[in-house]
Amino acid sequence: MRVVEHPILEELDTTRQVTIYCDGKAIPALEGEPIAAALMNAGIRSFRTTPKRKEKRGIFCAIGRCTDCMMIVDGVPNTRTCVTPVRDGMHVKTQEGLGSFEGKEEKA
Amino acid sequence: MKIKQTDIAVVGAGSAGLSAAYQAAAAGARVLVLDENRLPGGQLFKQIHKFFGSRAHQAGTRGYMIGRQLLERVERSGAEVWLDTLVYGMEKNCHLGVIHNGEHWVVQAKKVIVATGAKENYLAFPGSTLPGVMGAGAAQTMINVNRVLPGQRILMLGSGNVGLIVSYQLMQAGADVVALVDAAPNIGGYGVHAGKIRRAGVPFYISHTIKRVTGRDQVEQVEIVQVDGKFQPIPGTEKTFDVDTVCLAVGLNPMTELIWMAGCEFCFIPAFGGHVPLHDGNMETSVPGLYVAGDVTGVEEASSAMEEGNLAGVAAAESLGLLSPAEAGAKKAEIRGRLDILRSGLFGEKRRTAKQSQLESMADYRQKKGGAE
Repeated sequence: MRVVEHPILEELDTTRQVTIYCDGKAIPALEGEPIAAALMNAGIRSFRTTPKRKEKRGIFCAIGRCTDCMMIVDGVPNTRTCVTPVRDGMHVKTQEGLGSFEGKEEKA
Repeated sequence: MKIKQTDIAVVGAGSAGLSAAYQAAAAGARVLVLDENRLPGGQLFKQIHKFFGSRAHQAGTRGYMIGRQLLERVERSGAEVWLDTLVYGMEKNCHLGVIHNGEHWVVQAKKVIVATGAKENYLAFPGSTLPGVMGAGAAQTMINVNRVLPGQRILMLGSGNVGLIVSYQLMQAGADVVALVDAAPNIGGYGVHAGKIRRAGVPFYISHTIKRVTGRDQVEQVEIVQVDGKFQPIPGTEKTFDVDTVCLAVGLNPMTELIWMAGCEFCFIPAFGGHVPLHDGNMETSVPGLYVAGDVTGVEEASSAMEEGNLAGVAAAESLGLLSPAEAGAKKAEIRGRLDILRSGLFGEKRRTAKQSQLESMADYRQKKGGAE
């Protein structure tokens, strides 16, 4: 849920909307916000699964340090969604384990 | 590979780094500030509460306003700021490996000031990895910067100032804080912050800790338990809360990766969050020309970080001959005086003692090294 009105901070400007796709589902996002914020606003809390025990992981640090929020973003695995801004039309995918490059050849 | 030369490179554009950059640039140094984030200010823009201390420390001003003022000063000072820029390596000769706009750069500086800050501690308990368990600072970033609520019903573990302030800010953002839990027998943070939360009706459970968090795929319930004088759980005292989020405010630790890489000497000071670099009264480490400032030198708070940044900026400019010893000496005496005030009183005393031992370790190190040569 968005924090639009706030007792101290200015009202949130929600005019500039973009759309991203999470596992194929359209998600509204605000221009420039981190992917994780848009997903959290949409009620999505599980971002990846661990390689061995297949456990779900979500946001822990929100400042790009812990790597718990990594997803496959536009085909690139291990992208830290808490510090990567959204782009209109972006495709975000839940990362299973270590993830893999999809639709892109790995550069040598 | 591109090369960029500068007098002083500052790693980190938070409270300490921006203060250092301003001081050094104001003294006439060419300054380049590097930060991995897309926005400068570090944690300052997340702090929507009023700061404490004296008027010299802008007591009564909200953190994000202090951030705006600092940023304006840096912009006017002529320091160059590279954002979205990763510093991945550092050598003893003050050369930095940097990725900026997708390109590799070597930044060749005469002096480097590292102000990389700190990151949140983790706490392990059954269910601690479920989505919905997060750092208190992460929740603060989500509500105050990204403007998204991480959950509706939240339990906070840790009653230090971070736990208290973030609990209040979560309520300001529209969430319910169902309980504030701390294993210690006392509330850790300032009474004024605790009072605001208590008056809002949030129950405190001191001498309690989290036994486990349960839920299918994400947090659904948290069970807390009372602990005895030796922090052992007392069976039969469990209480369960329906929550969707558990926040951990259990301290921070300095982000020291870069300065380990550069070969700095360290000491271990629990009160400062773990391993911290040795540094002298000028904030210079055991690696000549490498200065440190802010939480990376030991976790304190934003006002101390800004003053340490000021000190490092002045000292680095002085070492380049841009300030005379007399000019620099007067500035440094003023800054050290303000730091002493910040490290006094009931809450500051422990940090003053810790900083003293850190400075003494540095003096010992230099003496031994001098003796060996």
